[in-house]
Amino acid sequence: MDFALSEEQRMLQDSIRGYLESNCPLERVRETVEADAARADNVWRGLVELGVAAVLVDERYGGVGLTLLDAALVAEALGAAAAPVPHVASCVMAPVALAAAGSDAQKEEWLPRLAAGETVFGLAVTEQIGRRETQGVRRANGRLNGGRLDGTALFVLDGAAADCILVAAEDGSLNLAAAADVEVTKLKTIDRTRTVAEVSFNGTPAEPLPGSLEDRTPLSRTIDAGRVALAADTLGAAQTMLDKAVAYAKERRQFNRVIGSFQAVKHMCSEMAAELEPCRSLVWYAAHACHAIPEDARLMACTAKAHLAEVGQFVARKSTEVHGGMGITDLLGLHYWFKRIGFNRQMLGAPELVRDEAARAQEWI
Amino acid sequence: MNLEYGPEHQAFRDEVRAFLDANKHRAPRPRAPVPGQPPSTPKAWQQLLIEHGYAARTIPKEYGGYGAAPDILKARILAEEFARARVPPGHSGDDRLVPTVLELGTEEQKRWLVTPSVRGETTWCQGYSEPGTGSDLASLSTKAELDGDEWVVNGQKTWTSGAQNADMMFCLARTEPDAPKHQGISYLVFSMKTPGIEVRPLATMTGDAFFSEVFFTDMRVPKDQIIGKRGEGWFVANTTLRYERGGLGDPNEAESRFNRVVDIMRRETVNGQRLIDQPVYRDRLLKLQGRILAMKFNGMRILSHDIKGEEAGLPRWIVKLNGCELNHQIAGLAIDALGELGLLYDGSPHLRDGGFWQSRYMLDLGLIIGGGTAQIQKNIIGERALGLPKEPKAQTKAAGA
Repeated sequence: MDFALSEEQRMLQDSIRGYLESNCPLERVRETVEADAARADNVWRGLVELGVAAVLVDERYGGVGLTLLDAALVAEALGAAAAPVPHVASCVMAPVALAAAGSDAQKEEWLPRLAAGETVFGLAVTEQIGRRETQGVRRANGRLNGGRLDGTALFVLDGAAADCILVAAEDGSLNLAAAADVEVTKLKTIDRTRTVAEVSFNGTPAEPLPGSLEDRTPLSRTIDAGRVALAADTLGAAQTMLDKAVAYAKERRQFNRVIGSFQAVKHMCSEMAAELEPCRSLVWYAAHACHAIPEDARLMACTAKAHLAEVGQFVARKSTEVHGGMGITDLLGLHYWFKRIGFNRQMLGAPELVRDEAARAQEWI
Repeated sequence: MNLEYGPEHQAFRDEVRAFLDANKHRAPRPRAPVPGQPPSTPKAWQQLLIEHGYAARTIPKEYGGYGAAPDILKARILAEEFARARVPPGHSGDDRLVPTVLELGTEEQKRWLVTPSVRGETTWCQGYSEPGTGSDLASLSTKAELDGDEWVVNGQKTWTSGAQNADMMFCLARTEPDAPKHQGISYLVFSMKTPGIEVRPLATMTGDAFFSEVFFTDMRVPKDQIIGKRGEGWFVANTTLRYERGGLGDPNEAESRFNRVVDIMRRETVNGQRLIDQPVYRDRLLKLQGRILAMKFNGMRILSHDIKGEEAGLPRWIVKLNGCELNHQIAGLAIDALGELGLLYDGSPHLRDGGFWQSRYMLDLGLIIGGGTAQIQKNIIGERALGLPKEPKAQTKAAGA
């Protein structure tokens, strides 16, 4: 019994963190965002070389075959740096979906490219979680070959620079469409370190993942994995906001004292730490459950997602307050993390929706 | 990440489970533990548990225990299996005094104090807080002056849990009035029947008197009834506080109480609808569940550090603060879910769960304050875990202070 990260996992986390500290400082984030780029290309290439895209891909297909916990550790490091790279959809949800429901041919075609960072996937599942108004993608044709899609998917994760869109149709099936065959409209959100898009399908040829046609489990597992990754991203981003608040409270002086010696400020920092630290264990357990304890997976993924949304929001607000007026300036750049946490809160289900799913997962309703 | 227990511990779990199946009928009825109260396990049951190594497991044999090597996982398995069987667990004597005496007492003191406590023959109360001494414990003013071979003790303690029923007290008193405040304190132990002690029960908002005020008037205590050296009582007391703080806010207890609230919401209806089917109540329940699960896994993380002999650090510093707050919120939700029924108390008709929730709601507020207030906990987290500077000391006049 050891509820802890392995030596290899700590090394993985340290290597990604170390890389991002050197290669993705705040100036790099700002530069990418201000250039309106879909991602920081150099950072992305460096991360791919470190194996970030290969974590969840089986060794047979050129990956390293690690677990969702390892992917969550990567997500945490990316959140900590507010790194503008595609990850949750392309490096977590897509390999989970392909492994769970793809045909051998599809796996052979896509997984090696995904692991090598050559193909970036966008994930269109929002309509399966919280459909708004008239959006929704319909799969017109149920045949394995030559299926076609109609409709519109909103908030396609990592969607603006994707080569390939993995889309959940109204019947719960997962389908692959080439980005070249669809109309992609980039949506601007508060969080410009991530991209989301509106994708329109108009009789678009798409290839279903056969394992998802009769069984909704692959879709569930894909969403669970994405939620754990978003929770981990928030964990990292909130930890950065807490660390920055503590550092600022130790340095900023007022009334001839550093402000961190005032209990009003100290207690805000302690409350952030007290709320955030248990989240680390929750994310670890949820990620581990998705891999090793399937009966707990859905409940824990929902719980981690919803709880991190709440704690992330609390930390984002309090950390900004500790920084005083500087906290809300563009100059300080704290807002990149604030917005990233805000993004993670709504994507793949706002906390109220996700908690409702948690109630269903434990058969309360 | 490995959540398996391994063959040795799995075998231990099976053994405990078999014992409980065979002996459950001999066990006393479970009773909700009262905070700060000495353990009330019947002596015969305690003795049976010690013989099997299920109570006082790591207390050395010569002091009445079972004498096994410490094994954190086995201790956890015992707690889990007794909880699962709903059988009151045994104890290791007073969990504040016994570890302190084992760590810092003389051989004679260990035999004199530990053995009867482990057997459940003597119960203890803690004489720390005073009317003028709350969070700033080291400023206490109860004094003990040496007169020949005896300490003469004068002063007053308050918030003394269980003083009415306790046989003995461990107590902090100022023995070196001229020393700086942390260095002038000694840790005394004495019988509650010592002449010169008066105990006045202090009723709390629950209607019960868990606490007392204790007055000392020229009470005489033999000189050698002191744990650790004269003037080192603050250090000795911190040993005790460490043991006490470790026990407040246990996440497994919070989880089992939470499960009872889930039962209430699945069982009770309002206007013909189950509470769990009302989205607003349900969402409150689910929000709380997120916090409880996070603390549960945080507890597993601490356990893994303990097994490896590592300092857990921040994950441990937050347990008292978060756990006590959660317990209070769990009770608060149970009361809200019950609505008017949640107001019933004291054996009233229609009472639910024996009035447990109102009682807990008030007791748990007491525990947010007791054992180091929430605000003191936040100071500890801020200063020790985050490295924030202490509040500057107020300028005090040196003369006569």
